[in-house]
Amino acid sequence: MHQIEDLIEVKTMINGVMVHRQVPSRMHLGDFLRVEMGLNGLHLGCEHGVCGACTLLVDGLLVRSCLMLAAQIDGCKVQTIEGVVESGEAQMMVSAFQNKNAAQCGFCSPAMILTTLEIIKKPHRPTREQIREAISGNYCRCTGYQAIVDAVEEVLDQKESKL
Amino acid sequence: MDKSSNLSRELIGKPVIRQELRRLLEGKGCYVDDINLPRLCHVAFVRSPHAHAKILDIRIDQAMKMNGILKIVKGEEIAKICKPYMGILSHLEGMKSVPHYPLAIERAMWNGHPVVAVVAESRAQAEDAAELVEIDWEPLDPVVDEELAMEADSPILHPELQTNLCWERKIDVGEVDRAFKDAAVVIEENLRTGRHTHVTLEPRAILANYVSSDKQLEVWHSTQVPHMMHWILSHHFGIPESHVRIKSPDVGGSFGLKIHIYGDEMATVGVSLLLGRPVKYVADRLESFLSDYHARDHRIHARMAVSKEGKILAIEMDDIQSMGPYASYPRGGVNEARQVINLVGASYGVSSYRARTRAVFQNKSMYGQYRSVGRPIACLITESLIERAAAKLGYDPLEFRKNNYIPTDAYPYKLVSGPTIEILSQHESVDQLRELMNYDELLKEKEVYRQKGVLRGIGFASFLETSSPSSTMYGKGGASISAADTATISLLPTGSIFCTASINEFGQGAQTIAAQITASILNVSIERVRVVLGDTDASPYGGGNYGSRGTSIGGEAILQASKALKQNILEFASKICAVDTSLLSLEDGNVVYLDQNHILISLEDLARQAYFNHEKIPKGYTPELTVSRSYAQRDFDGVFTNGIQASYVEVDPETGYVKLLKHWVLEDVGVVVNPLLLDEQIRGGVIQGIGAALYEQCLYSDQGQLINGSLVDYLVPMACEMPDIVVGHTFSATKTSELGAKGGGEGGVAGSSAAVFNAINDALSPLSVFVNELPITPAKIIKTIQQNSKL
Repeated sequence: MHQIEDLIEVKTMINGVMVHRQVPSRMHLGDFLRVEMGLNGLHLGCEHGVCGACTLLVDGLLVRSCLMLAAQIDGCKVQTIEGVVESGEAQMMVSAFQNKNAAQCGFCSPAMILTTLEIIKKPHRPTREQIREAISGNYCRCTGYQAIVDAVEEVLDQKESKL
Repeated sequence: MDKSSNLSRELIGKPVIRQELRRLLEGKGCYVDDINLPRLCHVAFVRSPHAHAKILDIRIDQAMKMNGILKIVKGEEIAKICKPYMGILSHLEGMKSVPHYPLAIERAMWNGHPVVAVVAESRAQAEDAAELVEIDWEPLDPVVDEELAMEADSPILHPELQTNLCWERKIDVGEVDRAFKDAAVVIEENLRTGRHTHVTLEPRAILANYVSSDKQLEVWHSTQVPHMMHWILSHHFGIPESHVRIKSPDVGGSFGLKIHIYGDEMATVGVSLLLGRPVKYVADRLESFLSDYHARDHRIHARMAVSKEGKILAIEMDDIQSMGPYASYPRGGVNEARQVINLVGASYGVSSYRARTRAVFQNKSMYGQYRSVGRPIACLITESLIERAAAKLGYDPLEFRKNNYIPTDAYPYKLVSGPTIEILSQHESVDQLRELMNYDELLKEKEVYRQKGVLRGIGFASFLETSSPSSTMYGKGGASISAADTATISLLPTGSIFCTASINEFGQGAQTIAAQITASILNVSIERVRVVLGDTDASPYGGGNYGSRGTSIGGEAILQASKALKQNILEFASKICAVDTSLLSLEDGNVVYLDQNHILISLEDLARQAYFNHEKIPKGYTPELTVSRSYAQRDFDGVFTNGIQASYVEVDPETGYVKLLKHWVLEDVGVVVNPLLLDEQIRGGVIQGIGAALYEQCLYSDQGQLINGSLVDYLVPMACEMPDIVVGHTFSATKTSELGAKGGGEGGVAGSSAAVFNAINDALSPLSVFVNELPITPAKIIKTIQQNSKL
């Protein structure tokens, strides 16, 4: 049984870079990425799994980093907003968010972008209702959500016109 | 450079995208919690588990043995270095409160009241140690019901006041009794609204760094009002203003939460002074619910007298607002009550009006301004009465309103409650809304569904919003809150423009608005304009953002500074080129001849001469390429905006579930500087009002325990339940400023909860039931149907 102050060894791939660290056993993944790795695009809004601001990708799945311990990512691949921005994957979505004014304070935005990037990977074009459903784990207090749905639709339109 | 980019002439009114948004979207924003300094320490707070209790003893010896612990501070120690504060506005007759300290001393007054500050090398260590602080409590009877609080045998929170009443105002004008005697119809109702909190996604956050060697206090604060904080920290900690700097980095939502001061934040500053080290405090979500300001929470009895011709004859209204244990500093915390009593019936200029509002102390979290202060309550009271009166008399609800609005030729219109309305466009708004929503078709559709037994409803809410507050809001009552804003604009040597102003950015787009106005007046591309806000060492003094004033007041200061700079530029060009100023203008980054559009000199060449080639400048003349201008709205207490909203809903009587089908907003904010930013800001406001209508409420037990203080239990609107919202505008510019903009930050909230409330009650009308309490949860709908249905 680990004690709360125990250190646990973690080897993980974060945004394509191998990371080998000792992490406190009680530290959640969000704190680890922000405090130890300086990945401040990840935001902590509630730390009880509701607001979605700390959403990121672990082995390709959207997870709440506040509900995972840093120790759990041993052997996993982690992708944050910094990763998808640097790879260019987020480019279209970021531009669409900007064009539609789909953010105000920006605190929810990095996680919202990561979530919407998953929506556009679906094989069939989602309806507005399905887009709303898909972003319903991400709380935004500023926008009316409508501009976010519009931004996702703009990207879907652009992708379709390229086909 | 200008050829390829946005030309500027017509930038005001254009949907210019926010350049600075990209940084936030890409995760490169910098919020307070992202800032770290050498030797940074962290503070956690021990908070009262009781609503009302005496502190008998605080023992810290076990906590002091913990790893990384630096200091543990009790209320008395902070009180020695921080003057107490009292949030009384002296122009509100009879307002009472008592001095308030950052941390509780002797008595805790609400569940969540900060009592002890625990400082350690890390937040985790501070929280570990906080758990070992032992406090002996003697629980006292809490005051948690605003009506019981006014009874003779209620415990009194502050014995020296001999009452739990913080403030009361009464109005009795016109022929109220006669109106009710003569009325064809009297509509009467008891309403309750939920106790809300702002739930900004970024919680409250502050980083204070007192550098003892310089006696300099530097603070990074998630705030709307850097200069207000500048005065407050200087005054209460006794540090000269010259030695205090407030910087507001990116702010993750505010909505009025971040215009107040908080004991835990003041204590954080105090701890930095005591330790001489940087100290950070970021509220976690659970303590946000316990310690953020709360708002709304009104209990109302109201009735309306209407003639058989459908004219409103009188309104009678009794409102009670449930505050926290102290008047809030420095804004008083009774503005909700002030706005409610001012604005009930105001759209209609009701002249027979009897009203009372009371703001009552409670053992609950501190209470104060939240976006659209009091207006949603005034709107709910008025518009629910209106809608029922129209229905009872068989009038079209929109025509009924038009028939009663302040006549179009009656502006400026003085309300019997006091304020004067400059100009509104209510009649036009109704006409446009009718068209925007295709009301006649929608009505038919509703009836078709009703025939099929589906409960659909349409609800309207006409709303007023006060913007651009003058100093009668706060300054007149003694509060050190500026009603003016100032802008400083410079022409830089390369021909770029630097603009700084006292308004602040927290996502609403103040930087873009500032750049648009500056670029428009100086006729340069917007990319040439650099805007810096939110740093008291860089920005001139002013009010910051509260009460929908960023564009309308700050924007006017920016407009006037830009005009003055333009004049100085033209004058300088005329001096060095020996051409009369009246023949010159600015065009696309150049000084040009007005008549021929021929370039005289580029801004870059002109600026080079001003900064680097004084030998070419005529003796006795100095070019002034940095200009400041201030502006305060002084013509009215506030500049009113108006609008009307409509909601279309479907109610399932079996489950009580409300489906929001669509929502419309018609709003008049005068001159619109940027419709792209404004419209989504309005939609965000609408959704906050929908939260009030359907989900949001801080619930307290009868012992004053907050029982739903988490995001699991306090529901906020998420995307899947929200409707598409259609936004339209009418335009009645204010003459108080040259820009002509009124405030647009809050109107969305002002009308949406009443529109949804009316739509739900319209949907339920075939069952002859009426839900009178917000939020309208499924359980309340089912209970109301079960108790009252005549079917």
